Amino acid sequence: MKYIDEYRDGRLAKDIARQIAALADPARSYHFMEFCGGHTHAISRYGLEDLLPANVRMIHGPGCPVCVLPIGRIDAAIALAMRPEITLCTYGDLMRVPGSNGSSLLKAKAAGADIRMVYSTLDALRIAEAELEREVVFFAIGFETTTPPTALALKAAIAKGLGNFSIFCNHVLTPPAIQNILESPDVRKLGTIKIDGFVGPAHVSTVIGTEPYEFFAGEFQKPVVVAGFEPLDVIQAILMLVRQVNDGRHEVENQYIRGVTALGNEKAQAEVANFFELRESFEWRGLGEVPYGALRLRPKYVAYDAEKRFSMVTPAAKDNPACECGAILRGVKRPADCKLFGTVCTLDTPMGSCMVSSEGACAAHWTYGRFREKARQVDGGRAVA
Amino acid sequence: MNLMIKAYRRKLDVANGRVDLSHGAGGRAMGQLIEGVFYEAFDNDWLRAGNDQSAFSVPGGRMVMTTDGYVVSPLFFPGGNIGTLAVHGTINDIAMAGAVPLYLSASFIIEEGFPFADLERIAQSMGAASREAGVPIITGDTKVVERGKADGVFISTAGVGMVPDGLDLRSDAARPGDAVIISGSIGDHGVAVMSKRENLEFDTDIVSDSAALHGLVADMVAAGGAHIRLMRDPTRGGIAATLNEIASQSRVGFRIDEDKIPLKPEVAAACEFLGLDPLNVANEGKLVAVVAPEGADAVLAAMRAHPLGGEAALVGHVVADDNCFVQMTTSFGGGRIVDWLSGEQLPRIC
Repeated sequence: MKYIDEYRDGRLAKDIARQIAALADPARSYHFMEFCGGHTHAISRYGLEDLLPANVRMIHGPGCPVCVLPIGRIDAAIALAMRPEITLCTYGDLMRVPGSNGSSLLKAKAAGADIRMVYSTLDALRIAEAELEREVVFFAIGFETTTPPTALALKAAIAKGLGNFSIFCNHVLTPPAIQNILESPDVRKLGTIKIDGFVGPAHVSTVIGTEPYEFFAGEFQKPVVVAGFEPLDVIQAILMLVRQVNDGRHEVENQYIRGVTALGNEKAQAEVANFFELRESFEWRGLGEVPYGALRLRPKYVAYDAEKRFSMVTPAAKDNPACECGAILRGVKRPADCKLFGTVCTLDTPMGSCMVSSEGACAAHWTYGRFREKARQVDGGRAVA
Repeated sequence: MNLMIKAYRRKLDVANGRVDLSHGAGGRAMGQLIEGVFYEAFDNDWLRAGNDQSAFSVPGGRMVMTTDGYVVSPLFFPGGNIGTLAVHGTINDIAMAGAVPLYLSASFIIEEGFPFADLERIAQSMGAASREAGVPIITGDTKVVERGKADGVFISTAGVGMVPDGLDLRSDAARPGDAVIISGSIGDHGVAVMSKRENLEFDTDIVSDSAALHGLVADMVAAGGAHIRLMRDPTRGGIAATLNEIASQSRVGFRIDEDKIPLKPEVAAACEFLGLDPLNVANEGKLVAVVAPEGADAVLAAMRAHPLGGEAALVGHVVADDNCFVQMTTSFGGGRIVDWLSGEQLPRIC
């Protein structure tokens, strides 16, 4: 598999791991947060933690658009989909996300709602063209990576004069969320954990570039390495972060030079800017209200805005009070520290945001790593640093 | 009770719940449905043994009987169709008991409006598959339902076979130290079918591995019958579901090695593109065998000598583990769990 196998070379990974071990100062510890669920997934799936020295710890961040979608938005989508005239199109991994009282889009579909799983915005557009008598709503979700395709679908819908196509916009933005982890009212409540640097999401930066992280790195004096999602990308980014910490630097570095530039894809940015504007505030599941953390359609495209067009209401719905997602998303607690983890909250019955998506921290730990908890118990509770 | 077992045994909400697509996907939800509805209603020891067939005593030996339903979409895919799948799958369920398949039945539920030409094509290929395997379809049934009440055609099959004397493969027989052998590359069938799904068509040379495995099994039994603990064909849910099933039923764990699992580059690439784990992807012409260590070499050699086992590989071992974890050493040298598929395997957003 050209361009894949090259980034999964176990021999090279062990060599980089040896470099990390040689550079990591035994007198100190290193705590790095990988913001994006794609990185969490790679770390867990390839067992990268096993390659790192004990004083280099990865903290799993909130970066999964499915995880951070609040219950109320799912409830609103289900309520919309239950209307007889509506066809709701959605990406597959939203289907199981729990709303209130154990509801989900998958269950709503089984109960008769016309919910169709699509693989791209264009699939939704095709359905709208083929079924002009239906109101086709695309459940748009994702970070900066998936926003341009939504913008292009809108552009195409307008060009085709499709009056039965609209968007339920749930696009969220990465830089404000990273900032929120270090600086928000919840930090006072939940406490903070030492974070020495961030692994930044490469796919997001293919669109926005590395520049938006410059302010963050300077303001909070935290190094950021924008990295790809292959295991070698991640481990190389960790090496780059260790070097920065040792040197006392806090710069934005680009590990993913094969796809990311400083300014990103300006054409895509222009398309997004044409159709979307910032929301003053948007709830992120597990993080609470994040100022300027999401997008909505500009007022001139109100006809394509499902929230307005169908007078959608986002009900106030709260996570289980015992859920520790807020602390886990900030790295203050580990998945297994939560009382719900593995008891009432599992992949089949996810309660909180971290278990909701396959890329959430709890889901990754449950799927790939829960044997480590058992190993700790067997070792008499010896925690792995 | 360990975490996995507790989660797996969570009861269905029969009073308020509804069947959704995850209940047919071969994962944990399907196990809950089977346990919560069918085991409850049909309760008997044969069913609760949790095999894909049941062996029972009849005058003159031990017999195997199995039944299966086929609802694949699309009906035609590279390397086969719903009919060949029904023949091969039913033969394989019998063969996994080490048994010699003898007879099949086939029941068709056909949707009003279904083209005769497609039905004939399916039936002809089923006939050819059963003749090639030497296992005739000796009885059947046909029902037609109104348009919209089926997806073209559904096929239900049953099969019977005889177990050779002295052979007793059991789902709870895996023991620490046993070898885990896979007969060939994984995920071919699932990728071939997905490549032809509506909205997901992509170009690939991969064809389904659908095949009748009773010949391969006969050679394995001849080479090391007494040492074979159990066999499974890893269909829906893939290798991951199969190993987890065996682990739960035998109360053991597994340690497997990612580098040793046969996987075609094209399948790996398609899984990468779709965000799927090949360990969860369905197979229709592969088997997993758990073999006592002293018989592993002979069984592996017999498999490699057979056309359907040329890429057979010893991929790991059974270990003692009360948690029944299937653990894998990754190609990076790290460790991870190989878990059940949770619900349907759905493509990720990013």
